[in-house]
Amino acid sequence: MSKRIAGPEIERLIQLLAKVPGLGPRSARRAALHLIKKKDQLLGPLAGAMADARDKVRVCSTCGNVDTADPCMICTDPKRDAAMIIVVEDVSDLWALERAGAMNARYHVLGGVLSPLDGIGPDQLTIKQLVDRVSEGGVSEVVLAVNATVEGQTTAHYLTDQLAHMEVKITRLAHGVPVGGELDYLDEGTLAAALKSRTIF
Amino acid sequence: MEWRDEGIILGARRHGETSVILEVMTRTHGRHLGLVRGGRSRKQQPLLQSGNRVELIWRARLDEHLGMFQVEPVALNAARLMESAVAIFGLQTVAAHLRLLPERDPHSGLFETLAIVLDHLEQPEIAAALIIRFELLILEELGFGLDLTECAITGQRTELAYVSPKSGRAVSAEAGAPWRDKLFPLPSFLQSEAREQADIAALEAAFRLTSHFFARHVYEPRGVNVPESRAAFIVAVRRFIQQASAQDVARALP
Repeated sequence: MSKRIAGPEIERLIQLLAKVPGLGPRSARRAALHLIKKKDQLLGPLAGAMADARDKVRVCSTCGNVDTADPCMICTDPKRDAAMIIVVEDVSDLWALERAGAMNARYHVLGGVLSPLDGIGPDQLTIKQLVDRVSEGGVSEVVLAVNATVEGQTTAHYLTDQLAHMEVKITRLAHGVPVGGELDYLDEGTLAAALKSRTIF
Repeated sequence: MEWRDEGIILGARRHGETSVILEVMTRTHGRHLGLVRGGRSRKQQPLLQSGNRVELIWRARLDEHLGMFQVEPVALNAARLMESAVAIFGLQTVAAHLRLLPERDPHSGLFETLAIVLDHLEQPEIAAALIIRFELLILEELGFGLDLTECAITGQRTELAYVSPKSGRAVSAEAGAPWRDKLFPLPSFLQSEAREQADIAALEAAFRLTSHFFARHVYEPRGVNVPESRAAFIVAVRRFIQQASAQDVARALP
């Protein structure tokens, strides 16, 4: 059994940091030590920011995004096109699309994808909320920005079925060659999809 | 412990930050799970999609351990299957059926049939008929096979028209006539000599037939739900056939 090298407060800090994605026990120990060394400049403000986030962060009841206001800033932004909804699997995907800044639309976060292996069915996702949102009117296009995985595309086809009876255009992201990608290193499936959806140059 | 086998990927579950637990239907080792280290990397993710055919090396210290898979591609079908609703719901349906089997129980006949089904999933009429045959084979492998070759009452092998909901055996048109309201119609494409292509009515009748026996022998006793993908697959096939026949009518008009 390894000897304890610090008091229970520090051990607890290390244990909690080790649960953060990307950090293991060793890197958590380094992070904890760094925070302790910069107690006033980093540890104090971080603790304050985390307490604030814990008290104020909530899930947007309209789109499922996380923000400190409900509805979130994206849903209440009058400059965004309310007629277009981009459907994403997770908040991290929403943030990725926002970083790209290619579309000035609103979002809907599904909270995952249909996955029989993980026991995730339509009731565990916010599919019903999306259908209700579209059926309220004012939406002309739904962009299915789910991952190009079998589970993601199963969810996309399921959503298409659910929205089929509504007067709304359903589109999805293109599949193909990524920027900086070399053809030689791409899998056959991606190459076939890229060739199939080729565009006039 | 180590073995090599060919397999078709049924699904992958995230494990930790970088790995996945892969579920594969193998030719000689049945439905098998194993850990793939680095399975969530950009390089490995396209390979570890459901429907892909792969070569596997499984290694573990003891036979009862989960073990680790080393995966090499044979045929990457996933990207092709993702394009069509029929294909993707068909793939999820056959995967859900295979999950009814115990792990590591060899079913080489099912592996061969699965490979044939995957090759035809983009042709909805053929795919639907193949999936019905696949369901009959799954029922048989689970010990609840239907006997559609001869009449349960007279023993005759021709003019079979019904299936008994209790015994799962075929009944001839003449012998079954008095109870026809209580019997399932036997779609002609399921009869052993049949070579004709099934229409949507025959396909739906066949799906009702297999549904009944799955519910009676598998889903209800085990307390599990019918997979959502099966209903979605039937809807997608019906929609495709209706659209195709509407296009045929439009083409025939002057």
